[in-house]
This record gives sequence, structure tokens and C-alpha cells, in this order.
Amino acid sequence: MNRPNALASFGSRFSRRELEPPADITSAALRSDRFRLEREDDWRRLESIVSRMEGGGLKGVSDQDLLALPTLYRTAASSLSVARETSLDLATLNYLEGLVQRAWFQVYGPRKSLFGWLREFFMGGWSRAVQALSIDIGIALIAVVAGAAVGWILVDSDPDWYFRLVSESMAGSRAPGASREALEATLAIEDDAGGLSAFAAQLFSNNAGVCILAFALGFAFGIPSLLLLIHNMALLGAMMWVFASADLAYEFGGWLSVHGTTELFGILLSGAAGLHIGRSMAFPGEKALLEAASAAGRRAAVVMLGVVIMMIVAALLEAFPRQLVEGATNRYLIGGFFLAFWLSYFFLLRVSAPDGEADA
Amino acid sequence: MAQTKAQPGPIGAPINAKRVRTITTPEGITVPVTVASRGARFSALMLDLFFLLAALFLIDLVLDSIMGGVGFDMGSEGGENTSSAREFLFVAGIIFGFFGWYGYFLIQELGPRGATFGKRLVGIRVAARNGERLTPEAVIARNLLRDVEIFYPLVYMIIALVLSLMDEMSGGLIWAAVAWFLLFALFPFFNADALRAGDVVAGTWVLEAPRTKLKAAISTQGAATAENASDVTGQRYEFGDKELAIYGERELQTLERMLRENNEEALAAVQATICRKIGWETGAGDERAFLEAYYAQLRARLETNMRFGKRKVDKHS
Repeated sequence: MNRPNALASFGSRFSRRELEPPADITSAALRSDRFRLEREDDWRRLESIVSRMEGGGLKGVSDQDLLALPTLYRTAASSLSVARETSLDLATLNYLEGLVQRAWFQVYGPRKSLFGWLREFFMGGWSRAVQALSIDIGIALIAVVAGAAVGWILVDSDPDWYFRLVSESMAGSRAPGASREALEATLAIEDDAGGLSAFAAQLFSNNAGVCILAFALGFAFGIPSLLLLIHNMALLGAMMWVFASADLAYEFGGWLSVHGTTELFGILLSGAAGLHIGRSMAFPGEKALLEAASAAGRRAAVVMLGVVIMMIVAALLEAFPRQLVEGATNRYLIGGFFLAFWLSYFFLLRVSAPDGEADA
Repeated sequence: MAQTKAQPGPIGAPINAKRVRTITTPEGITVPVTVASRGARFSALMLDLFFLLAALFLIDLVLDSIMGGVGFDMGSEGGENTSSAREFLFVAGIIFGFFGWYGYFLIQELGPRGATFGKRLVGIRVAARNGERLTPEAVIARNLLRDVEIFYPLVYMIIALVLSLMDEMSGGLIWAAVAWFLLFALFPFFNADALRAGDVVAGTWVLEAPRTKLKAAISTQGAATAENASDVTGQRYEFGDKELAIYGERELQTLERMLRENNEEALAAVQATICRKIGWETGAGDERAFLEAYYAQLRARLETNMRFGKRKVDKHS
């Protein structure tokens, strides 16, 4: 540890002569001051490289500097540990602690740009994250089916339940006992596309909000996520009952499936993502609680980014094809295609993780 | 990798000692870090919100003026065009809002500084808690949770308040929202690292990002050096072992700070104290030279002892 001479020759290989020369080394009486003055050049060079990297990524840094960075970083770090044992100069110690920390953030900074990361995300990262959540998706699927069944059964036993589940503004003319014609009208297409893109944008930001909520509530051991899934699905089950009782089940299914296969899948995934975090906190296994939570949280976050994308697709589908494409069969075709697409993308695509990036 | 609570050593201001942690990097170098205070994080968030809302407001204003312009130009003749132009702007507004909101935090925290504008102004940054790289996944996770921690309950509280004022909703729901809000808002106060829920889920924490400049060494200038005598008296101050033995590292570093601040009255007071302790009689007017010499010789003594494994933390030890 305490070998300033070896370190000095090590460091001086990289020192730059054009930097301002240190104060007179020979006049320094203290050994720790000589230590400092001999290395100041390297420290300052490291500081300038790090400052440039902080300022604008790698653009302002020459190849030569970039190559020297890891060595300069290690030199500064060992200077710090030597200084801690031999020097009482507060200025040096504080400076080195800050410098080593800053350099460490640059040496170990995000390796990939957001852009590169996104590419990896679409080429398999997203699918891998979804696959890692298989168990949670299974549980969430049970909650979804159970929720829809509960909604159906409740309204079937007492139609008053409908108004407790579905708010008045949302229900509109879709109420129990409504005429077949009135219900059919809600499934009809719009005459033209005017106003639909605004509708899509609103749908998107609304649905994405619900999904983010379902994800984030997973923090409370996943139970709120499940409740949210059940509640949303109960609403759907109730509505299904209304249409089925008017003998419009097939048409309603078509109307729903255009965007529903994407949107409900997305909601299912966000519920599963929330549940994944909650489950890992309730049962952290051999890991520490915080460690388990953060490993699950990162995996779930990847899924959530995907859910946001699915919500964009769903909103576009909901606003345009659903309102413009007529005929239940056509609608089923669109919905079925998207379901098949998502399923094969998530579960058939098997891309191994790139090197050095093992899934935690 | 590992992360331990550091001994609050003699280095650093005492106010930080509780927040100092040591992280060990993958190659085994220990780096001291300071966890950002809760107040700093709050002010950073407020700054970010201010910037974001101001930007969104400006964009909204621009869109509005275009919208007004569109309405005015087309007038009544082109009803269809007007509505589709308006619609386009409306969609643009919503998309700006959504991507602005998330993009602001995501892009900046993934940048080389690991901090938003607000965090940079306050001097803090985001880092991975395990001493490894900060990954996009982590940044996404911590930012998604922020909404649920703060904004959803706030919005919900406002909605519930308005509705209950209109007698359309029971007051109990407000309290549910308040409880939700408080649960998350107070979360950072119940753990030592001031983690919020999003930090727990993402595996991140927020650290101080020091930008210290290297200050000149006191011990290589003025009367501290071996050859240089005091400018005023031409005298060299030489202290014996007995005079130097009374102080430790903490006093040395306090003295260093005072010499840097260079406040004459304070220096005179310090000199008087030291003289009283060591039983010297010196006149006024040459405090700086006296203290520089004392500093250099005390440091030489303490550092020599350090090399032999003897440390004197302060005057009491």
C-alpha cells in the first residue's frame, strides 16, 4: 500500500507536460505534500477528462484520453487510499474523494445509449422480461378470468349491481334492459374518421395511466394490483352480460376484440408486473429484501415500457379500426391477428441475452 | 458490490457523518459517497416540476395560439379543415405531455451526469445501489413509481376534494388519498438511505455529486515551509514536541479550514488560544505566519506518527 515511488513512476507515464507545473516539489517539506505534488498532474488530467465526459458524453474526449481514463481512475483511487493513510491535508483528501467518485461514475456509467438499449429491447429484451414473469402472468390471468366471471354472476343475480360497477357516464345507453337496437348502436361504426385521433390520444394516456397504476401498486405486496385487475374485469363481465342478455354476445366480442386483445393483454401484463414486485417482496427467497425487490422491479420495468407501447397500439386500434371496420368477423380477424402476434412475439421468440448481461 | 456504513472518521464535516457510505466497486476500490439529504431531493423535485410545468405551459400556449390562428384563418368556410387541424394539435398536445413528462426524467437520468436539471442544480445524482452500472431498467422503474407515490394521490385528493364540496362523494375517500400520499411521502424518513419507494424497487439511491476543486496546499506556502521565516518579524517559529502534542487531527483540519478562510479576527483568536495552551507570549500582527508554521509542524508530527500506526483523532485522545 505504502509505496509512493512505484506509484509515482506509474502515474507519471500518463502525466501531461502542457498542464501547469506543480509548485516546487523540492521545497515541500512534508512527505505527504511531495506525494501530492508529484501526482497532481494526473489528477487534474483525470478531472478534465471526467468534466468533458459529464458535459457531453464521449464527443469532447480524444481516443488517447479515453484509453488513459481507466488507468488514471485507478491511479487516483490508489492515491486516495495512500493519502488516507499518510496525509492529513483535508484539501487533498476531499478533492480525491470527489474525483474518484466522479471518475467511477464515468468509468461505470451507463454503457449503452438509450437508443442502443431500445434496440436490444425490441430484439428480445422485452420478450425475455415477459417470459421471466410467466408465473405472475398465470396468476394475473386467473384474476382476470375470475374478475370477469364475478362481474357476470353479480349482474346476473341482480341487475342493480351493474350500476355499482359501471359509472353512469361510462355506461351511457349500455344498461341492463336497454333495447337491442340501442345496444347495437353502441357497437356501430362512425361515419367518418373525424375526431378519432384525438379520441385515440386520450384513450392512450388514460389507459397507460391505469397500467402504470396497476404496476406501481404491486409495491404493496401485489394485492392492490390484483384487486385493480379484478375490478376492471368485473366491469367488463357486467357489460358482457348486458350484451349477452340482448343476444349480442358475438357482436360485442368482435367489437371488444379489435383493441381488447392488445389492451387487455397490456393490462394483464402490468398487473403481472406489479404482482411480480409484490411477490418478490413477500417471498424474497435467499436474497435480501431490498435486493429481491430491485431485481424484480427492473425486470417489471422492462415489461412496463412494453405495456406503454402496447397501449399506444391499442389506442390506435380502438379509435380507428374499431370505429371504422364493420362486421363482427372482420373485427375478430383483426383482434385475433394481434393476439397471435403478441403471443408469438412474447413466448416463441427465444433470443439469448447478450454477453455479460445475465438476467438477474 | 458491497456497501457498508463507513466509520464517521475525522474526514469531512461532522454534519455529513451520518450520511457517509462506502461502496466497493467491482474491482475492489472503496469509494466514499454521501447520501443526498431529503431536503436536497425535495428541492430538486420542486425545481424539476417547475421546469417541466413551465415548458409544458409554454408548449400549450404555442399550440393554443396556433389553434386560435387556425380557427381564425379558416373561419366558417372550412369547418372540416378547422376541426382536423385542431384535432391534430390536440393530439400533439397529449403526446407532448406524455412523452415530455417521462422523457424529461428518463433521458436526463440516463445521461452521463445521472441527474435531471433540478438534481444538477442541487448537486445530487442517481446511482445504482449495488455499486454497478445504472441501467435503463432501473431508471424506468424509479420514474414510473414516482407518479404513483406523489402525483396520483395528489390528483386524486384534489378530485375528491372538489367532488365532496359538490356533495357527490363522501369525505372518507379524501382521507384514503391523504393516507396514501403520506405513506409514500414519509417513506424516505423511515430508512437510513432516504430511499423512496421507487428507489427500493429500482435498486437505486440518490447521492451527493461533489465537484471539489483542488485547493493549494497550506503547508507549501508562506511561513509553513522550512526556509521561509515570517515576513513581519523575520523570525522562524519552531515548536517543540511538547507544544505540538496537545492537538490532534480534528484540530489540525479545523486550523486548515480557518487558514483558508483567512479571517483575521478568527486567526487572532486561534493564535491566542494556542499560545495560552502552550504557554507562549507572542505579539499581535503576525498571526498568519505563526499559525502556518504551527499547522505545518503539527501536520508533520501527526503524519510521522501515522506512518508508525499511531493516530491521534483529536485533542482528547
